[in-house]
Amino acid sequence: MLEHAAAIQSLIADAPPGLLPAREQMALSLGWHIILACFGVAFPSMIYVVHRRGIVRGDPVALGLAQRWAKVSAVLFAIGAVSGTVLSFEMGLLWPGLMGRFGDVLGLPFAFEGLSFFVEAIFLGIYLYGWNRMPPRRHLAMLLPMASAGVVGTFCVVSVNAWMNNPTGFRIVAGEVTDVNPWRAMFNDGVWLQFAHMWVGAFMVVGFIVAGVYAAGMLRGRRDAHHRLGFRVPFVFATVAALAQPLIGHVLGLRVGDTQPSKLAAFELATTTESPSPLRLGGVLIDGKVHGSIDIPLLGSIISRNSFTKPVKGLDTIPAADQPPVNITHLAFQSMVGIGTLLALVVVLFWWALWRRRDLTDSLWFLRFAVVAGPLAVIALECGWIATEVGRQPWVVWGILRTRDAASLSTGLWWSYAGAFVVYAGMTVGAVVVLRSMARRWRAGEEDLPSPYGPEGTPVGQARS
Amino acid sequence: MTLPLAVAAALFAGVVIYALFGGADFGSGYFDLTAGGAKQGSELRTLIDHSIGPVWEANHVWLIYVLVMWWTGFPTAFAAAMSTLIVPLMLALLGIVLRGASFAFRKYSATLGQARLFGIVFAGSSLITPFFLGAVAGAVASGRVPARGQGGVWSSWLTPTSLFGGVIAVGTCVLLAGVFLTADAARSGHGALADSLRRRTLAVGVVTGAVVFVALVPIQHDAPTLAAGLEGRAAPLVVLSAVAGTGTLALLFRRRYAVARLTAVVAVATVVLGWGVGQYPWMLVDEVSIADAAGASATLAGLLIVVALALVVVVPALAYLFLLTQTEPWTHD
Repeated sequence: MLEHAAAIQSLIADAPPGLLPAREQMALSLGWHIILACFGVAFPSMIYVVHRRGIVRGDPVALGLAQRWAKVSAVLFAIGAVSGTVLSFEMGLLWPGLMGRFGDVLGLPFAFEGLSFFVEAIFLGIYLYGWNRMPPRRHLAMLLPMASAGVVGTFCVVSVNAWMNNPTGFRIVAGEVTDVNPWRAMFNDGVWLQFAHMWVGAFMVVGFIVAGVYAAGMLRGRRDAHHRLGFRVPFVFATVAALAQPLIGHVLGLRVGDTQPSKLAAFELATTTESPSPLRLGGVLIDGKVHGSIDIPLLGSIISRNSFTKPVKGLDTIPAADQPPVNITHLAFQSMVGIGTLLALVVVLFWWALWRRRDLTDSLWFLRFAVVAGPLAVIALECGWIATEVGRQPWVVWGILRTRDAASLSTGLWWSYAGAFVVYAGMTVGAVVVLRSMARRWRAGEEDLPSPYGPEGTPVGQARS
Repeated sequence: MTLPLAVAAALFAGVVIYALFGGADFGSGYFDLTAGGAKQGSELRTLIDHSIGPVWEANHVWLIYVLVMWWTGFPTAFAAAMSTLIVPLMLALLGIVLRGASFAFRKYSATLGQARLFGIVFAGSSLITPFFLGAVAGAVASGRVPARGQGGVWSSWLTPTSLFGGVIAVGTCVLLAGVFLTADAARSGHGALADSLRRRTLAVGVVTGAVVFVALVPIQHDAPTLAAGLEGRAAPLVVLSAVAGTGTLALLFRRRYAVARLTAVVAVATVVLGWGVGQYPWMLVDEVSIADAAGASATLAGLLIVVALALVVVVPALAYLFLLTQTEPWTHD
C-alpha cells in the first residue's frame, strides 16, 4: 500500500491550490444548509397539520403550536434562504471547471428549483404575515404551495447530485461535450431513489428534532396538552419516515454495486473480492489491512448485492488513483445505517407499547432518547451525504470529471474558507440565541414577541407576524 | 429573435427586476442605518420591518434566478466571470448572508441590545451587497472578464467603471427604498416620518443622479464599448432615465408619493436596461458575444420553458403577495 500512499501524495502535489479549501468550504456550507433545507421541505406539512386541526376542531392548543412554529420557521427559512444562496454562488466560485463545462447539462433542474424556491418564498411571506389578516381557511391553504415546492425543490436539487453519480444526457467527442439532452440528465437513472431517500430523510430530521424539543419540555415536567400535541404530530411524521427510510435506502444501496463499485467497496470496507462477501461492521483500513472490524459471513452479499453468492467488488480491483478515501466513507456509511436502524426500532417500540396501552412518554428513558433522536437524525443525514460524496471521489462527475479538474485555480480560497467558517459559526450562534430567547418568552406567557426596536415602554413594534 | 438572445433577454429581465425589488430591500438598510438612536429610530425601523418583511425573500430569489439562468444558458461565460470576479462576488455574498440572517434575527430579538447588534449588521450589510454587485456589473461591462476566465483578481474590478457601478448601485437602491418607504409612511399615517424620509430621499436622489451623469465621463476611457453603446443604441434609455429621475424628485418635492414610486422604478429600470442594451451584443464585453457564449440549444429551449412556467406560476403568485401588502389589513399593524 506504499504505492497507494505515493499515488495519493502525487495527486495532492499536482492538485490546484483551490482543491482542498474548495472541498472544505463546500462541505461546510452544504452540511450546514442541508439541515435548514430539511425544515423548508418538511416543516410546512407539520405546521399544516396542527394549523388545520386548530381551525377545523377549534383547538386553541393546536393553533398556538402553528403560530409558534410559523415564527420559528420565519427564522429558519431566512437563514436557509441565504445559506442556499451561498451554494449557488459557490457552484461557480469554487467549481468553475464543473459549471463551465457541464453547466448546460446539469443546470436545468436548478432552474426548476429556482421556480420552487420562488413559490416557497412568496407563500412563506404571505403565510407569515397573513395571521389575522386573511380568512383563516385561505391563510391555511397558503401552506400547501410551500409543501409542494418542498417536494419539487428536493427533486430538482437531488437530481443534480444524482446526475453527478449517474452522468447521462450528453456525449464527449474529442474532449468536447456534445449532444446535450438536459431532460435526460435531469431524469437520470438514479434520481427517483435518491430523491425519495432525501425527501424522507428530511421528514426524519425535522420530525425527530421538533418532537425532541417537546420531549425535553416533558422531561422538565411540562406535560400539558401543548407539549403532548407538539410531541405527537412531528413524531408521527418521523415514524412514517423512519420506517420507510431503511427500505428506500436498501434499494438505493443495491444500485451502487452496479453503478459505482468503488463506492460500494468503500462502504463495505471490501479490500478484496470475496464470494460471498461478509458484512464488515466498523473497522478501519490502515496500510491496506482492516483493523478492528466485526465480520458477519455472507451478510454482505445478501444486503449489498441481494444474492447469496454475488461478491462486493474489492478495492484491489480498482486503480489507486480511482479509489475514494475509504475510512471516512465506510464509517460515515455505517453510522448512517446504524442510526437509521436504531431510530426505526425505537419508533416501532413506541407504537407497539402504545398498542399495549403503555405510553412511553411517561418513561424518562424514552424521553431522554427522544431528545437525542433529533441530533442523531442530523448526524445520520450528514453521514449519508459524507458517504455518498466522499465515496464518489476522486470524481465530481462519476467517471467523467475529476474533482481536482473542477476546482477553482484561485490561490486565496483558504481566506474564503476561513471567512465562511466565521460567518457560519456566527449564524449558528445567532440562530440558537434568538430561538432560545423565543422559547423562553413563550414559556413566560408572551405570545406576540414584539420587535424591540425602541426602549421599553414606547408603543412601537407591535407588528405581529 | 434567436434562441440565445431570447434566453439572454429573460436572464437580463431577471437582473432588472432584482435591481428594482431586491434593490429597494437593500436600500432600506441605508435608512435603517441612519435612523438614529433606538428611541428616535424605532418608528422608521418598525416601518422598514413592516415594508420589506413579507417580500424580501421572494425578491431575493430573482438573484438565484439570474445565477441559474446564467450558468445553465451560458456556462463558459459564467465560469469565466466567477473565476475572475471572485473577490467582489464573495463580498456581495457575505452581505447577502449577513443581511438576511440578521434581519430575521432582529425581528425576534429578546433585548434591545441584541436588536441593536443585529440591526447594525443588517443595515451595514445591506449596503455591501449592492456595491459589490454593481462593481461586478462594471467589470463585465468594461471588458475586464477574459473569455477564458482567471482574469486579475483585483485589477478586474478596482477600476473607475466598477467603482462607479458600485456607487450607482447603492445610490439607486437607496433612492428606490426612500421613495417606497416615504409612500408607505404617508399611507400608514406617519406624517412626520414621511416628511423626514422625503427630505433624505430627495438628497439621495440628487446625489445619485449627479453620480450617474458624472460616471459617463470616466466610462469614455475606461469602458469605450459600453460608452459607445450608451451614447448610441441605449441613448433613448439614458434620456428616459434622466427624465424619470428628475420627475421622481419633482414628484417627491410636491408630495405625490404614489406616482413617484412609478417614476422611480422607471428611472432605475432604464439605467439598468441602458447598461444591458449598451453592451449588446456582448455577454462579456469585448470578449464573448451572447451567441458565442450560448450553451446547448436543447438546454436553452428548456430554459424558455422554465421562463414560461415562471410567467404562469411565479408572476401571479408574486402579484398576489404584492397586492396583499397593499390592502388595508396589511397596511396597519
